[in-house]
Amino acid sequence: MSKKLLLEKAHVEGIRYFDVYRREGGYRSVEKALKEMSPEAIVEEVKKSGLRGRGGAGFPAGMKWSFIAKPEGVPRHLVCNADESEPGTFKDRYLMEFIPHLLIEGLIVSSFALGSNDTYIYIRGEYAWIVNILEQAINEAKNNGFLGKNILGTGFDCNIHVQRGAGAYICGEETALIESLEGKRGNPRIKPPFPAVKGVWDRPTVVNNVETLAAVVPIINMGGDEYAKIGVGRSTGTKLISACGNINKPGVYEIDMTISVEEFIYSDEYCGGIANGKKLKACIPGGSSVPILPANLLLKTAKGETRYMNYESLADGGFATGSMMGSGGFIVLDEDQCVVRHTLSLARFYRHESCGQCSPCREGTGWMEKILKNIEYGKGKMSDIDLLWDIQRKIEGNTICPLGDAAAWPVAAAIRHFRDEFEWHVLNPEESQKRNYGLAHYADPIHVPVG
Amino acid sequence: MVRFSEEQMTEFKRLVARYPEGKQKSALLPVLHLAQDSFGGWLSSETMDYVAELLQITPIEVYEVATFYSMYNLKPVGKYMFEVCQTGPCMLKGSDDIIAYIGEKLGIKPGETTQDGMFTLKTVECLGACGYAPMMQLGKHYREHLTKESVDAIIDECRKTAVNLN
Repeated sequence: MSKKLLLEKAHVEGIRYFDVYRREGGYRSVEKALKEMSPEAIVEEVKKSGLRGRGGAGFPAGMKWSFIAKPEGVPRHLVCNADESEPGTFKDRYLMEFIPHLLIEGLIVSSFALGSNDTYIYIRGEYAWIVNILEQAINEAKNNGFLGKNILGTGFDCNIHVQRGAGAYICGEETALIESLEGKRGNPRIKPPFPAVKGVWDRPTVVNNVETLAAVVPIINMGGDEYAKIGVGRSTGTKLISACGNINKPGVYEIDMTISVEEFIYSDEYCGGIANGKKLKACIPGGSSVPILPANLLLKTAKGETRYMNYESLADGGFATGSMMGSGGFIVLDEDQCVVRHTLSLARFYRHESCGQCSPCREGTGWMEKILKNIEYGKGKMSDIDLLWDIQRKIEGNTICPLGDAAAWPVAAAIRHFRDEFEWHVLNPEESQKRNYGLAHYADPIHVPVG
Repeated sequence: MVRFSEEQMTEFKRLVARYPEGKQKSALLPVLHLAQDSFGGWLSSETMDYVAELLQITPIEVYEVATFYSMYNLKPVGKYMFEVCQTGPCMLKGSDDIIAYIGEKLGIKPGETTQDGMFTLKTVECLGACGYAPMMQLGKHYREHLTKESVDAIIDECRKTAVNLN
């Protein structure tokens, strides 16, 4: 059984309310941090913990904090990224819905460490009911002296405000989020300057994911060194994985990153195996942007070693034979699923969500959707597959923000690993409308991927 | 003429007060949500001009935001809007069938509103309910694990106006 640091108390009755949360040991990290530690010491503990950003990029959180500029007389801000929109990802929602005070507690400690007196939670607009849950938690914390002026008599002032987005995946990108927080379209900014120097209202700003900020609580309580002992290598601590697709037990699981992918999929403690007794065909292990892997490469690396649920192991083999931990959105496809159709669905998503600033992404995402639609509906040509490959290559790396890469990678990986399924659609336009390609050889351990 | 009521104006002031002095434009997204909820579920140009005036910004600054974000409706919608997710994870669990079923049952295509103004069907991209698919948003809440039977029940509920959208 994995160690739980975030969700251990998530199912205690009434944990959503301050009194219960406090009784269960909540807000101890605020007392410890504000009364016994300096802001620098807190940053140091987070650095020692090895905590990596849980939003998808996996950048070391303590290092990100240490970059914040401190010009004299300029306010600084912490912004919590709760714009969870990566298909397959619903872990932050779960955390905020069931144990909102954990996020508020992490935000208070982090605000103190960064010197933010006004901290903002930017939450996706569709999570409208969670806004009420968070605002209630904030009010309770305030009424109990953990927010507002002179917190616990330490002289530190902090307010937390919740801002709703309005439906735009791109606002999960930190500079687009900042633009949106300023009341503008979510067009990402060119970096540098980085938000740590010039963020919201041109002030030094740190943007962190919900899960990252919640993880600050156990780090302060147990100390960075102890936290770093959990997990393996540079994958320290615990990670929330939201599992979905064709599995028996979809849901949010907290893992300590030492379990294998096979255990995660087939163990009753987690996904409980593939639904309806079907076979595993493929999986996107870290949210829709990361490369899809066929069953054989998912469970074992190209070297034939067991693949584990952590940053390094999921990325083993690079994009040729590996994938990424990403946001922890774990999407499972069974033998009845069509990879072309699924890739088309994701291509439509990225076309819909492109902000339109950079032409490779604005135009390219639309072209990819159209070509995939032709292939899926039996109107594709063999040369379309190469054209798709060409387009995705020309989007990747040529845009201001990573949405371009995020749109290119799923298409690239689908062609890389499932090219014969695309070819089958082109060669069998009528049959492909009536049945799916099926499992073919994707679960065969000796299958060697193309490219 | 669109004007916030006293109660809505109190909420407007609360929203603006969250940002530094002179940065009231930051309240634009939440204020547009408030305006949409207050004035019939969509943003007319009159409503957007009113918001611009309240926030002391130019109307174009409001239009460019209202047209960027998918949750703002720029034309009237039905009393009940079924926003059904169609992205990958929901698709794997049969969202295409659910969308087709709702369309058939209500006699409308995605993007359309029934003639009596009761229902709008809208397809949306990932709403973060992938483990509980297929799903739709109805008002401020999610309806998850949809089946044809549960869709029937939701439509009946709406017809009896027993649905809380807030």
